Amino acid sequence: MKAGIVVFPGINRERDMVIALERSTGRKPRMIWHRETDLFGLDLVVIPGGFSYGDYLRCGAMAAHSPVMEAIREHAARGGYILGVCNGFQILVEAGLLPGALLRNASLRFLSSDCWLRVERTDTPFARNYARGAVFRSAMAHGDGNYFADDATLDRLEGEGLVAFRYVSPEGAVTAPANRNGSARNIAGIYSPDLRVLGLMPHAEDLVDPLMGGIDGKPLFDALAALAV
Amino acid sequence: MKATVTVMLKAGVLDPQGKAIGQALRNLGFSGVGEVRAGKVIELELAEADPAAARAQAEDMARRLLANMVIESFRVEVAG
Repeated sequence: MKAGIVVFPGINRERDMVIALERSTGRKPRMIWHRETDLFGLDLVVIPGGFSYGDYLRCGAMAAHSPVMEAIREHAARGGYILGVCNGFQILVEAGLLPGALLRNASLRFLSSDCWLRVERTDTPFARNYARGAVFRSAMAHGDGNYFADDATLDRLEGEGLVAFRYVSPEGAVTAPANRNGSARNIAGIYSPDLRVLGLMPHAEDLVDPLMGGIDGKPLFDALAALAV
Repeated sequence: MKATVTVMLKAGVLDPQGKAIGQALRNLGFSGVGEVRAGKVIELELAEADPAAARAQAEDMARRLLANMVIESFRVEVAG
């Protein structure tokens, strides 16, 4: 499995993503500068978190129109896998590779805390190493993570099984207090219709080693290790 | 031409910033303040000299970058 990590100016979580990918795949991911346009040979493209272009205009808006994005679209079109985390998720929705938008947190506060995610389905390239209905701990660190889409889009996402993860209580209940950023229907992550693109707001890469305080996020990266286009 | 693009969240999209501004105004004693919505104004200097063409250009820019049509609407004003 060959992975690449896209780096935009202002991205700051790419090294954590290197650690998570290298630990699970056994090989160093390729670092892709935002001006590069050749992603040939990659199975997985990861857009990590951070503050691309200083979050100017809207989070992810500038990055969504940078040269590498055309290559990422082509990668998606030929069946390549894409993971966008935090700012990476914001960039994927701004680029139209996933539906909806990520609004300012309902509280207007930057949220930096643990959260719990429920795995909504396990028959996907990203979640197949989790148990069905499993709840795992993750870390959120964002100011704009409030997932929004119109009702028709939300109904379609639910109907087609494209909700990947939801914010839940540690016991797995979908509650308002567990949904700290105010996301529609507690949505924390969504898939593309072919299940090859995942946008996820919390940082699964923050928990991949006991020294980090847990390995709750590791099954996601272990699953990625076996992917091939 | 100078084009001014005003970008606002669509009706129905929660605007917590507007709500917070409204609350702060009420705290200052402006008791008659109802709903407050916050948006962005972007001013563009365009080489285009024809008002209709300048407007069309600014609208295209708004649709492709300045506004996110999933959550926002925009209006364009053009002045010589």
